[in-house]
Amino acid sequence: MTLSPLNQRRWRNFRANRRAFWSLIIFSILFGLSLFAEFLANDKPILVQYRGGYYMPIFKFYPETEFGGDFRTEAVYRYAEVQCLVETGGMVDCFDDPDTLIEDAKDGVINGDKIEKGWMLWPPIRYSFNTQVEGPGAAPSAPTSQNWLGTDDTKRDVVARVIYGFRLSVFFTLIVSVLSSFVGIIAGALQGFFGGRTDLIFQRILEIWGAMPSLYVIIILFAILGRSFWLLVMVTILFGWTALVGVVRAEFLRARNFEYIRAARALGVSNGTIMFRHMLPNAMVATLTMLPFIVTGNIGTLASLDFLGFGLPSSYPSLGEMTLQAKQNLQAPWLGFTAFFTYAIMLSLLVFIFEGVRDAFDPRKTFR
Amino acid sequence: MSLLRYTDLRVGFRQDGSVVEAVTGVSFSVEKGETVALVGESGSGKSVTALSSVNLLPDTAEITGSITYQGQELVGASEKELRKLRGNDISFIFQEPMTSLNPLHTLEKQLSEVLLIHHGMTGTAARVRVIELLEQVGIHDPESRLKDYPHQLSGGQRQRVMIAMALANDPELLIADEPTTALDVTIQAQILELLRELKDRLGMSMLFITHDLNIVRKIADRVCVMKDGEIVETGPTALIFDNPQHPYTQMLLAAAATGRPDPVPEDAKVVAETEKLRIWFPVQRGFLRKTVGYVKAVNAASFSVREGETVGIVGESGSGKTTLALAMMRLISSQGPVVVLGQDIQGWSNRQLRPLRADMQIVFQDPFGSLSPRMTVAQIIAEGLSVHKVEGYASSEEAVIDIMREVGLDPETRHRYPHEFSGGQRQRIAIARAMILRPRLLVLDEPTSALDMTVQVQIVELLRKLQVTHKLAYLFISHDLRVVRALSHKVMVMKRGDVVEAGDADVIFDAPKEAYTRALVAAAFDLKVEEGAGL
Repeated sequence: MTLSPLNQRRWRNFRANRRAFWSLIIFSILFGLSLFAEFLANDKPILVQYRGGYYMPIFKFYPETEFGGDFRTEAVYRYAEVQCLVETGGMVDCFDDPDTLIEDAKDGVINGDKIEKGWMLWPPIRYSFNTQVEGPGAAPSAPTSQNWLGTDDTKRDVVARVIYGFRLSVFFTLIVSVLSSFVGIIAGALQGFFGGRTDLIFQRILEIWGAMPSLYVIIILFAILGRSFWLLVMVTILFGWTALVGVVRAEFLRARNFEYIRAARALGVSNGTIMFRHMLPNAMVATLTMLPFIVTGNIGTLASLDFLGFGLPSSYPSLGEMTLQAKQNLQAPWLGFTAFFTYAIMLSLLVFIFEGVRDAFDPRKTFR
Repeated sequence: MSLLRYTDLRVGFRQDGSVVEAVTGVSFSVEKGETVALVGESGSGKSVTALSSVNLLPDTAEITGSITYQGQELVGASEKELRKLRGNDISFIFQEPMTSLNPLHTLEKQLSEVLLIHHGMTGTAARVRVIELLEQVGIHDPESRLKDYPHQLSGGQRQRVMIAMALANDPELLIADEPTTALDVTIQAQILELLRELKDRLGMSMLFITHDLNIVRKIADRVCVMKDGEIVETGPTALIFDNPQHPYTQMLLAAAATGRPDPVPEDAKVVAETEKLRIWFPVQRGFLRKTVGYVKAVNAASFSVREGETVGIVGESGSGKTTLALAMMRLISSQGPVVVLGQDIQGWSNRQLRPLRADMQIVFQDPFGSLSPRMTVAQIIAEGLSVHKVEGYASSEEAVIDIMREVGLDPETRHRYPHEFSGGQRQRIAIARAMILRPRLLVLDEPTSALDMTVQVQIVELLRKLQVTHKLAYLFISHDLRVVRALSHKVMVMKRGDVVEAGDADVIFDAPKEAYTRALVAAAFDLKVEEGAGL
């Protein structure tokens, strides 16, 4: 795909803004990595070799019996017993003294007998967002070599929760922003294009809609339907789509009197085509200017709902919930600092990127 | 010592790291009490030259060389020094009277602001001076108009107020940047007369920027002809006009739409006609949207246009000529018959009209506004093909190439965007977009008004050629009587929605019956103000 000269100029301008460009690179790397969160922080190994066979617990359910254990439930790979079973090739002695046996198995010989040595390939962080960390100490516990940023008040690893929480926040805001922009642009386009009575009625509906207390509606809906991610997405779109209507409507009102729109009408081009082919590109610049506020605003919405306890179900890795825990556990500063820096870095990067995008689309701005 | 002297002025604009030179070494001077005209086509750098004097250019401009005002160097002078000169010793009048005045301030406020800044004048003293100034520029009963806002004035009156603002501090030098381009011909004649009279009375010098040589001949003592950022010829006005040396000056002087249209055969078929067409916009008030009155845009207009014939519609702005054309295209609502190709299409729905749209096409005035900036030329021209079928071409690509050749564009450039083309080329693109559907009726809404004289001539020739080849019927709208004369068989003169006079072009131009037509013709061809025309 080749870019039009206009877009080439925009891309050049964006590249010239070094802060925005580097923010984009850093954010892409962070988000790219978080997409593979399961390979970064998980309580299951990526790959297991047991008695010459290969297993991928990250994707598939294996009962403990598969590795010579007793239970038909899923193998708990972080237990020493299971690790011992895998590495020794399923020796029964593992249930008595796994730690010594693992030490012993390193050279491949136990008590003079050669064993079928196996191994496990672990992610760098051996906890998922919902893994309970065993071990001494009260929750939340301070950072250690195992839990780099400590644990939260239910003894879950903070690093793992940040990685998953970051992914969830970005996902949430992307989905909500795209969908609500889509609805908002269509609504604004229709109002601006047809104007007159359509516009008048629509505007009044918008005013009524905007006056609705969204927080109460969310609380009531969650009480009736139960909390879930997709319900939250839907509700946020329901109250978020109006953000773009104003600017898109204004652009369409302006554009509908342009001479090239009139020329298209004289050619007999249909309304839909005129809106899509001639008028929408004009509205895109205004939309892009508003988009940063929508994207960061949605992250803020999710965070504040979680913080208030009306957000995602508690089983989800939520950064807002971590902020709430930080408030309730001031004796555990690692929670507060982690939440603060995660939000600060994520939002700053996004703001820098969109600032660059907006400047790149500004035709009057000259770059030297 | 000269009042204003330019020595080897160069102005460049930075963009994307490179510098585009707009003015390349200009030297001339304006003496006391003299009017110097800078003439050239758009893009020749004449406005940039004028604006650089007190540095009113954007930040991206780089100025080198020297400009002196009464011996004082202005290039590189501090903002404070320049501000003292601006409006005080050197005043400006700009092209667009609509946007040069602040719409939220009354006349008194706008004018007394100038007096306050440069003289610290307030209260009664300022008010007396404001009234005096308005009187000077020919505003009737100025006292009663002090509390008026710009929108309550006509275009000509606004330009007079602009001149009053420029004169408020008794400037030594008045720089007028195309001050009459946006005005109607009759108003233009009045403003020129006013400027000349004021200059003589107040003993000012004037630097007059224009693209219209007729104005130069009327007003200037000396002429500098600019082309591509350089002055190619300079000298006293009479000398330049009688004996131009440089080929470019000769070309400019020769550029005028001349000739007459080819005669129409007697048995030519009627393409479009209307009888007593009325376009009234209802004015609705109150909660129940009761119609309390009408804005009468067009009252009872009748005409018919045949194959190969041009009907010219002339009139000043606000006379309803564009409205009439849009109603004929059924782009706005009207009352009365609209007959195209024998069918009365009044009241047809958009869907019914769509097949007929190919037969009636329109070309607009502004070649910059009428092309979507985000589409390539090929996409723009081929747009109509997505709605209508045209016989004889295998692909739309082929049709586009063919029509581009016919209107005089290089088909190789079809993948470029409109901003890469000049005004004249853009107008050709707009014509190609209309012509690709092989229409029978072409409405031309001021197609030459935004173009330079030399380009106007080319477009007129192209239109004439197309008319003969395709037996086109033209509805030609313009306020430029010269172009109308060169193209039209019949002429209709409109004033405030009424048809004042209609008939054969030769009769109307050579022996106008109505006073209004006479005034128009006098203003357009001789830049004279006809007395008692009721303007």
